[in-house]
Amino acid sequence: MSDVVEKTLTALPALLALDSQPGAGKLSSTSRLRHLIRSITELTSKHEEEKLIKKELAAIKDQVSSPNTTMRQMRELMVRAMYCEMLGYEADFVYIHAIKLAQQGTVLEKRVGYLAVSLFLNENHELLLLLVNTVLKDLQSTNLIEVCMALTVVSQIFPKDMIPAILPLVEEKLSHPKEIIRRKAVLALYKFYLIAPNQVQHIHGKFRKALCDKDPGVMMSSLHIYLQMIKENPASYKDLTGSFVTILRQVVGGKLPLDFNYHSVPAPWLQIQLLRILSLLGREDQSMSELMYDVLDESLRRAEMNHNITYAILYECVKAIYTIHPKAELLEKAARCIGNFVLSPKINLKYLGLKALTYVVQHDANLALQHQMTIIECLDHSDLIIKRETLELLFRITNAQNVTIIVEKMLGFLRLCNDDYTIIDLVGKVAELAEKYAPDNEWFIQTMNVVFSLGGDLMQPDLPSNFLRLFADGSESEEQDRQLKLYAVDSYLAVLKGDCSHLPQRFLQVISWVLGEYSCLKEDVDQQEVIRLLKKLLEQRGVSSETRSWALSALTKLCKGPGYAELALELAESLSSSLDTVLRQQAHELCLLSQDSQLHARVLPHPAPSDNLEVDSSLSFLDGFVSDALAAGAAPYKPPHQRQEELSQQRALSLEPYGLSLPVTMSSCTLTDRQSPTFLSMSSDLSGNSTELSHRTGANTLMLEGVKRVWGKDGYIPQKEPSLTPAAVDEPSDVVQSPDQQGAAETSLPEPEPEPPQLDQEKQQLASSLFVGLGSQNSMSLLGKTEVAVPRFRRKARQHESASTSGTSESSSNSSHSSRSTTDSFLYGGLLEEEPATPIQNSYHTLKPTIANGSHDARQHSQMVSSTSENEGAATVSAKEDKQANSSQILGSDMVIVRPSKLAEESIVSQRNCSKSLPVAFPHSSDSMVLQLPSELQELPHSDVVSLTSDPHLSVSCCRVFREDALLLVLLLFNPTETALRDVAVELSCEELETASLRGNVMECLEGRKSSVCRYTLLMERPHTQVAFTGSVSYQTQPGHTHILPFSGKLSTADFIRPLMLNTEEYGKLWLSISNDVKQNLKLLTGGGDPLRATLNALKDSLQLHIVDIIGSEGIVACHLLRGGPCLMHCRVHGASLAVWLRSPLPSLPDCLLYHCQRALQEH
Amino acid sequence: MMRFLLLFSRQGKIRLQKWFLPLGEREKKKIIRDMTTMVLARKPRTCNFLHWKDLKIVYKRYASLYFCCGLEEEDNELLALEVLHRYVELLDKYFGNVCELDIIFNFEKAYFILDEFLMGGEVQETSKQSIAKSIEASDMLQETMEEYMSKPAF
Repeated sequence: MSDVVEKTLTALPALLALDSQPGAGKLSSTSRLRHLIRSITELTSKHEEEKLIKKELAAIKDQVSSPNTTMRQMRELMVRAMYCEMLGYEADFVYIHAIKLAQQGTVLEKRVGYLAVSLFLNENHELLLLLVNTVLKDLQSTNLIEVCMALTVVSQIFPKDMIPAILPLVEEKLSHPKEIIRRKAVLALYKFYLIAPNQVQHIHGKFRKALCDKDPGVMMSSLHIYLQMIKENPASYKDLTGSFVTILRQVVGGKLPLDFNYHSVPAPWLQIQLLRILSLLGREDQSMSELMYDVLDESLRRAEMNHNITYAILYECVKAIYTIHPKAELLEKAARCIGNFVLSPKINLKYLGLKALTYVVQHDANLALQHQMTIIECLDHSDLIIKRETLELLFRITNAQNVTIIVEKMLGFLRLCNDDYTIIDLVGKVAELAEKYAPDNEWFIQTMNVVFSLGGDLMQPDLPSNFLRLFADGSESEEQDRQLKLYAVDSYLAVLKGDCSHLPQRFLQVISWVLGEYSCLKEDVDQQEVIRLLKKLLEQRGVSSETRSWALSALTKLCKGPGYAELALELAESLSSSLDTVLRQQAHELCLLSQDSQLHARVLPHPAPSDNLEVDSSLSFLDGFVSDALAAGAAPYKPPHQRQEELSQQRALSLEPYGLSLPVTMSSCTLTDRQSPTFLSMSSDLSGNSTELSHRTGANTLMLEGVKRVWGKDGYIPQKEPSLTPAAVDEPSDVVQSPDQQGAAETSLPEPEPEPPQLDQEKQQLASSLFVGLGSQNSMSLLGKTEVAVPRFRRKARQHESASTSGTSESSSNSSHSSRSTTDSFLYGGLLEEEPATPIQNSYHTLKPTIANGSHDARQHSQMVSSTSENEGAATVSAKEDKQANSSQILGSDMVIVRPSKLAEESIVSQRNCSKSLPVAFPHSSDSMVLQLPSELQELPHSDVVSLTSDPHLSVSCCRVFREDALLLVLLLFNPTETALRDVAVELSCEELETASLRGNVMECLEGRKSSVCRYTLLMERPHTQVAFTGSVSYQTQPGHTHILPFSGKLSTADFIRPLMLNTEEYGKLWLSISNDVKQNLKLLTGGGDPLRATLNALKDSLQLHIVDIIGSEGIVACHLLRGGPCLMHCRVHGASLAVWLRSPLPSLPDCLLYHCQRALQEH
Repeated sequence: MMRFLLLFSRQGKIRLQKWFLPLGEREKKKIIRDMTTMVLARKPRTCNFLHWKDLKIVYKRYASLYFCCGLEEEDNELLALEVLHRYVELLDKYFGNVCELDIIFNFEKAYFILDEFLMGGEVQETSKQSIAKSIEASDMLQETMEEYMSKPAF
């Protein structure tokens, strides 16, 4: 075929001269386009082309905007515009006309219109929205061609948010009588699945119908979707394995219509798709693999024709065989197949053979040995791509014995290579190998020198920093370390002495750092010389200011002692005029440090501590500044995205569908809401709370770094065994390899293939050095080393590293293993934890606990309060026992019995302050008394009884009883006089609270020295940090003589919060369903035990929270507001603080809760 | 899944471009530039597969025209080569001895054929006959429509 094309094209000049061409004769190509194309081909310069196209575009613009242009002309104009765009000239004025053409044109024009749209617009173009209606109309059209076009354009380009609008129509097409429509519909759905998987989740059943479609084409299209779904979750499609095997068997057996053949191979695309699916299903699953052995064998056998397409099938087959559970017989056949690839004279096949080998050597290193001579040949292949692939293969079989030669080959390739992406990749690989297998320091440093100079400034930035880290952390042997450092210093001095103008900046930075840090280790080197070299570097042309800064830091480290003051001064002077502020500052520092050697020693200790610096990512040191600024009236900080959000809310119509509430908008509400507790805490002078505001917003962006992901898209991510870093893997992988090596020693024949006589000695040697350590060849025994290689640089485990280093990954995996048990024991500990009978330190007057009282008072009160109790001792004891029993019972459910009544106390204080003006003294202040709760309430967790107010006739106290469903505010009225009070009525009002029920607020008579109880069942409707209640008691001492005694008090959110009993899984689900986020850092309680645990326990004790789980350094806590929604807390230890992330459907609940958490922790 | 398909001439002039994933204008330009330089620099009788970033590039030269496509990691290079070949066969069948000029002058037709063959980066129809049939069906329409339209305007 291609020959035919070749022939035609040789006749091209002749064709150009002719007006008509044979192929296009039947096509009506517009003459204007023809003209345009022809004139462009005749042009000689780019400039002329530009001029011509500009003219052309202007003409097009004129015409499209003219009202007289017919749709047909428009189609022709559109084609011309497309051509101009293809040449790289923008014609954005026609975009809208393209849409119009698709909308209004007849079928033909529509086709061009749709094509133009898909070529002109990209996914995010705003004009695309105008296309939706057209597509909708065409999908409903009775004209098949229109439906086809609509489906095509939908799969090509469609706004993602608009998919729901057309989805039902596309779905409907799955049962269209025409198979081509069904096919296109399935592919369109596949496209939707790729870009918005959750929108097509509900039609999985229909995918299955498509899979069973009678038309093999539709079935084949549905396999794309299945491949994708199986890739994501193989486990749930295992039941289909049998069907896929059957389909493949039928295809291989030639049961499909001949239409599906491609060069007489039955449906190769279908075969390959099925092979891919099967390999996914059979991976690490023996029973599934067993189902497919036969059909794989048959596929291998049938694909015997010598054509690319059969090789494509074979390649896929081999990959499948090596992916699924191994079967010796098949592996053998596959290996033979790979051999055919590798040995093929066709370069494409050779390439794929190498790829297959690379894939396979991980399972069976022996196979590489069989083809070692071919591999050597490929290593010197003229085609760089083949070379590159060979290196990839060698990289996989590198060990301590062949590392030098392999790295040499890789570096050799790097020198020739000029593709950035390849360089970055290879440089990383060389560095990895060098660190893993370096035979000695000298080689390591020299290799890394080449890596740095070749990799230059392209390489991954973590490569040099890892390298420096290796120095800084040191390995296990100190002597080794010293040697390495000394050698590095030597080598770098030599580099600097030479011409270093061409060296990449990164390399110079590494050199500067190492010299600054370690050149003093070397006694025989004159420090002056080092300084001179660094200074030269500093002054050299073409050095970036970043590198200068590194060099200057190194100089600063070296310039210690008075001897260098002069030099420092000189440097500082020369740099003081530098345009770079960083350099100027550093020079200034250098100047000061060189004068004060003590300061120098403190600022730059030697050796530099390898521990990570503690970074206060919450910027808490700015708290003071922020609170000052806020107090001075500055607006609270809003992160940029929030500002954007607010702006866009003001400006534009929301195109978002309803129901997508964004967390940002919520938090912005709480920030501006004057009622919000954050604001309260800001104005209140209680603590440094005001800064927490900025704190939290700051934390939004900062906290993410180094955060271990516990919460994923689907909820709580079970802590898997973290992937081990190479450093950690080294040893085990070697151990794993060694049986292979032994296996190789046994199985490999003395010579895998008869050696061709012309094979020269050189290659033999190369082979023996490359493949050393892979098997037991006689040449290898010369080296005689078969022991397992130990990586040279074993990094120390680092404790402070956030993630991904071996140290932490191990520890985190440990903690995840033990998390279950620790939480268990933790909860158990919580159960046993006996709350010490809280000393009731009541306010100054009247109320004293029974236990501390004299017996005569107790008698009185027991009579007063609980008439049922016959004897006071029994009463108090039983009350106490109740309390004890309660405490243990309640602690089990994370409840606390007696709660500090700080808030109530405050109110008392304020009350006292007001009552000071009243000259009335408490007549019975000396007469201590005890007010007790009714016995049925004593069973429940409750606060202390506190006095609210009193006058000579009546005293009012209150007690909060924490019922499971509500807060019970118990007002205890006590008549201390001997005279009875008449018509006692209590009124309580509070706007923010809802009174569910009340009892005992009116009584006809309160006898002298008697008390009465009035109960309010209260609920909080919306969260408030604190609510004040006011009320009054009216009573008559004599008929017609009414007294009114006002009282007031405060309640906090904490009183209305109850633990929410959840398990981790439920928590995870709930967490996802809520979108309002609040983040803040809290103080971490230190002193004794696990700080996280201590802190959470303290919070639990004072705020009735339920600790769901504690995993490592993270804890999850749940509670709910009575009658309100839940609030979930996710706490994580972050340095010395506890980063808390709250979610609740009630916007202000998290703020309230945070406020109380802060209070609770401060009190602690 | 195929990410893109480019047709360009020996001089690096782009003749057809199809992007199966949405990309920005600048990215497209960069890919086109990189592909033309990379592919045109290849010597004859070298491997048809290349790497570009994380994509596999498969190209083939037919006469003066280069067909070049970008594949994802798990795709089969040989199969992609056959996809290109089938596309050339389709063009050949439609134009009858296709040459670069056919594609230049009728590039929109080349796009239509491609749309019938590939959809969303995957092969939709492998049968030459079926594709020819559906293209013909649309073209038949074209003929009649054109007759209709060439009548005096109303």
